[in-house]
Amino acid sequence: MIQYILRRIFGMIPLLIGITIICFAVIHLAPGDPAQFLSSMNPKFSESAHEKFVKMYGLDKPVHVRYIDWVKRVAVLDFGESFAPDGKSVMEKIGERMPVTIYLNIAGMVLIFLVALPLGVLSAYRQNTFFDKSVTVFVFVGFAVPTFWLALLCMYYFGVVKGWLPISGLKSYNFDQLSTMGKMWDIVHHAFLPVVLSVFGGLAGLSRFARNSMLEVLGEEYITSARARGLSEGRVIFKHALKNALLPVVTILGLSVPGLIGGSVIFESIFSIPGMGQLFYQSVMARDYPVVMGVLVLGAVLTLIGNLIADISYGLVDPRIRYGKK
Amino acid sequence: MVKSRILSKVNGNILFFSGLIIVLLFVFVAAFAPYIATHDPTYIDFDSVFLPPSAVHYFGTDDLGRDVFSRVIYGSRISLFVGFVAVGISLAIGVLLGLVAGYFGGFADTVIMRFVDVMLCFPAFFLILAVIAFLNPSMFNVMAIIGLTGWMGVTRLVRAEVLSVKTRDYIVSAKVQGLPVWLILSKHILPNVFTPIFVTATLGVAGAILTESSLSFLGLGVQPPTPSWGNILTAGKDNIMFAWWLSFFPGIAIFITVLGYNLLGEGVRDILDPKS
Amino acid sequence: MIRVRFLLLAALLVFVGCSDGGSNTSAEKEVKSVKKTAEKTKDTPVNGDAFVSSSLGDATGLIYNITSDSASHDVAAKIYNGLVEYDKDLKIIGDLAESWDITEEGKVIVFHLKKDVKWHDGHPFTSADVEFTYKFMIDDKTPTSYDADFRLVKSFEVIDEYTVKITYDEPFAPALISWSMAVLPKHLLEGNDVTKSPLLREPVGTGPYKFKEWKAGESITLVANDDYFKGRPYIDRLITRVIPDTATTFLELLNGAIDMAGLTPLQWTRQIDTNQQFQNQYDKYKYLSFGYTYVGYNHTKKPFNDKRVRQALTYATPKKDIVKGILFDLGVPAHGPFKPGTLWYNDDVKKYDYNPEKAKELLAEAGWTDSNGDGILDKNGKNFEFELMTNQGNTVRTKICETLQQSWEKIGVKVDIRVLEWATFINEYVDKQKFDALVLGWNITNDPDLYDVWHSSNCGGRKLNFICYKNEELDKLIVEGRKEFDPEKRKLFYHKAQEMLAEDQPYTFLYVPYSLVAVSNRFENVYSAPAGITHNQDKWWVKKENQKYHFEP
Repeated sequence: MIQYILRRIFGMIPLLIGITIICFAVIHLAPGDPAQFLSSMNPKFSESAHEKFVKMYGLDKPVHVRYIDWVKRVAVLDFGESFAPDGKSVMEKIGERMPVTIYLNIAGMVLIFLVALPLGVLSAYRQNTFFDKSVTVFVFVGFAVPTFWLALLCMYYFGVVKGWLPISGLKSYNFDQLSTMGKMWDIVHHAFLPVVLSVFGGLAGLSRFARNSMLEVLGEEYITSARARGLSEGRVIFKHALKNALLPVVTILGLSVPGLIGGSVIFESIFSIPGMGQLFYQSVMARDYPVVMGVLVLGAVLTLIGNLIADISYGLVDPRIRYGKK
Repeated sequence: MVKSRILSKVNGNILFFSGLIIVLLFVFVAAFAPYIATHDPTYIDFDSVFLPPSAVHYFGTDDLGRDVFSRVIYGSRISLFVGFVAVGISLAIGVLLGLVAGYFGGFADTVIMRFVDVMLCFPAFFLILAVIAFLNPSMFNVMAIIGLTGWMGVTRLVRAEVLSVKTRDYIVSAKVQGLPVWLILSKHILPNVFTPIFVTATLGVAGAILTESSLSFLGLGVQPPTPSWGNILTAGKDNIMFAWWLSFFPGIAIFITVLGYNLLGEGVRDILDPKS
Repeated sequence: MIRVRFLLLAALLVFVGCSDGGSNTSAEKEVKSVKKTAEKTKDTPVNGDAFVSSSLGDATGLIYNITSDSASHDVAAKIYNGLVEYDKDLKIIGDLAESWDITEEGKVIVFHLKKDVKWHDGHPFTSADVEFTYKFMIDDKTPTSYDADFRLVKSFEVIDEYTVKITYDEPFAPALISWSMAVLPKHLLEGNDVTKSPLLREPVGTGPYKFKEWKAGESITLVANDDYFKGRPYIDRLITRVIPDTATTFLELLNGAIDMAGLTPLQWTRQIDTNQQFQNQYDKYKYLSFGYTYVGYNHTKKPFNDKRVRQALTYATPKKDIVKGILFDLGVPAHGPFKPGTLWYNDDVKKYDYNPEKAKELLAEAGWTDSNGDGILDKNGKNFEFELMTNQGNTVRTKICETLQQSWEKIGVKVDIRVLEWATFINEYVDKQKFDALVLGWNITNDPDLYDVWHSSNCGGRKLNFICYKNEELDKLIVEGRKEFDPEKRKLFYHKAQEMLAEDQPYTFLYVPYSLVAVSNRFENVYSAPAGITHNQDKWWVKKENQKYHFEP
């Protein structure tokens, strides 16, 4: 087992190198550079400014040299400094944004599991009934509606027209002066719309997965035989079917690890949430190379770890899987 | 026997039919856009800006006095085009690499599958966003990027299928008979993966339409004056509480179409999947 | 408070600048609230409340001198002072300087500094800080782009603790206002690497507001400086929220969660009148903004090097329709690079009222006729087709492109529109002069200097005369204009320059839009002036009974 994990981790290294090379190439070969934002299209800017910035950021070196420099630093876990003039390091910038994104994503994910699993299982159990079809349509509606449009409609209706919910942001201005209960309410209140909408949009994947998985199990012989033995329907479903059907779902948990840090740019823009999506988008637009690289690499590492966790946990719950042979 | 079972399943599947009808309608609208549209979708008329829906302008007019109905009709062409080309690109790459990896195995397999792993490590939308921002938003780039970042699933699917049929008797005998590789691949292997690929493709078109609208929201989708549903919707978002029709109709169009493709894809999976 | 406006190309949206400079003649407050303002001013101002504004992007750093985005500048402007500033009528007045003498025909400026000024940390402000700021600006290790004006300084002498003497090689009229650059605290910055300085995040200045808190991507909070040398501002806190989406910003405004926001022409004319809730909470202000939008033609390419062709395209441009249709009449047609109503503006120039017939004549004169009958003009077998470019993200510019495409088609000119992301657009097309024509905008500075954008030496590679317009006579006027300090004499150079530009039409000047601003009506003493609306923000206040936010000290 440990040997297997070690080997997997070792195998990640070439993957990571590939990933960083692709990222680096895409970012650095693209037109535009960060110096230009600070030094062009403004008569008050001096002519020598562009050159000065190019040097300061080390952009005058060839791409491969910059890549090697970057790798050397990252090898000791130093992602460098952001190009933005606030003088923060990449890690600091990511660190500022991560908690918000993780908090909203965990809230969203827990809800998705709580809603999607029962929906999927029930749909499978009542396959082809009206209920099944309604659920199918319902979850696909969530998937198919352009999120920002639905979000704006909800913000307008619940925020402006009805005044029930705040429109955007995470906290009220007077947050520090609220009581503990008030603070909790304030946070829930602000997070309500973004979380509910992301849950609505995310139901389809998991509920369909649960449904298919359950259908497969219900078709297995041991279910038929359990029924034939005269076991109560509840027992059949909960004791036998459900347990086996939900095994693969565990892997989904592992696979959603990288999703935890990947904030949705669109949700974050619409709801003014200072999360990872915003950070990434703004860094891309400002050509803040170190931050873009940092976020992409972090995302990739988490994906790899997530995959590993998925594989391991799948093995743990399903004794049929053996490690060591792949 | 199999056929009749499938037929009975088709008959019972109302969702599949709704999906099919929506998709056919969508294709029809796109194909006959010039005959359906009531106005020139790009004609600017400053005397009739922001008119609400009426008998003349079914969906009202936009900020430049253009007919929203006609824009949405023509927009279906762009959305269809973006969806089909993007999916076409991912299928072409995915099938080719999957066949090569699965059939030849060895070094080619290792390299291709490592590459798939690398590609899968990027948060998809982040990657699309970065590349589009760096390369420039244009219809061509949007299609290319969506396509180039969506082929990995197909590759895995095709490879797995190839691996499972490669050792079967009829393939082996075909090999022994000296049939050329491409013939074996296309005649004996591809048909087996048709269903999952078709399902993936349908869902892919839906995904591409949604991705384009998300990119449009950020200003990185298909650019004006070409009307895509995404950019019509985005253009209307700032006026959502004033000129609701600007965003309502393209929003509904995206919603229904994406829903249609999803229902169709799921329906096909349900019907052709022998397990269910 | 610093009130220099830099000529930034508004990269994102035309109406982002809610704290941008403003105009004079057309300054206008909606009738409804004029009466109220008169009543308001009788009361004695009291302290309290907070002012919440929004910004599409987060600030990038809070040392004014090394940032270049408007989000950073808007916040930092409340924290620092320069030596001089513009007052509400755009006259230069002392800020940290008590007075100044300009001698030797403008080659020498002596500043006499105010003596009772303290930094936010209590340290006294002296001439050493000014000297440090000067050296900081011209240091090659300082990541600033604003060093050009300071490099013209021949010598900088500290006479005593409150007097500095600055000498230039030759008279340079824009020199005085260049000293409105934020003065930085020597005692905190000297000897440190500025790129690592904590002051980037927790700035210390001399201004009306002190830094309190910066939540990255969320908000920046400033608190009133009790010891401000011009008197404590009345409003306790300034909060700037980051709201990246324009639609959300407007919803927040409707909801009363932000106190000031720029409006689009559409929001100004229609949405708001229909919304009672909004009317009860806000006053609307409009004033001509400091900027104009134009079509620029690449003079290094045929046929745009032909004056008649450019004139024809201007004749075929329905400026009035554009202002009416796209701006809902919330702008005025432009005929040159200055703002109507200012001293520098010359209205008596050749104007090109929409006249497609005249345009066709001029084009025929230049050899462009539709000889093959395909509806597109041609000359020597080549059709008159070109690409019109603009930057992505600015919907107004895109709409202008679409309008021009349609109206130029009517005179037989075929236009393809290309919308490009900002960085690529500038780097790959503008800087390399790989464009035919483009739609862009310039901000109009208070100083009329035209050197950077119009002097022929600034043609090419990363410079701002990217259309490569060359006119020797204009060059002379521009150079002479920079040496004249007396505004009345100086304006003659620019009036003449505008006549030349109007004749040559290197740009088709399109319009100067209005700045449209909504401000919560609980604030007293708000009025628009030539400098805009936030010129006296530290004198805004809220009656006790109207105060909305209360903070424990």
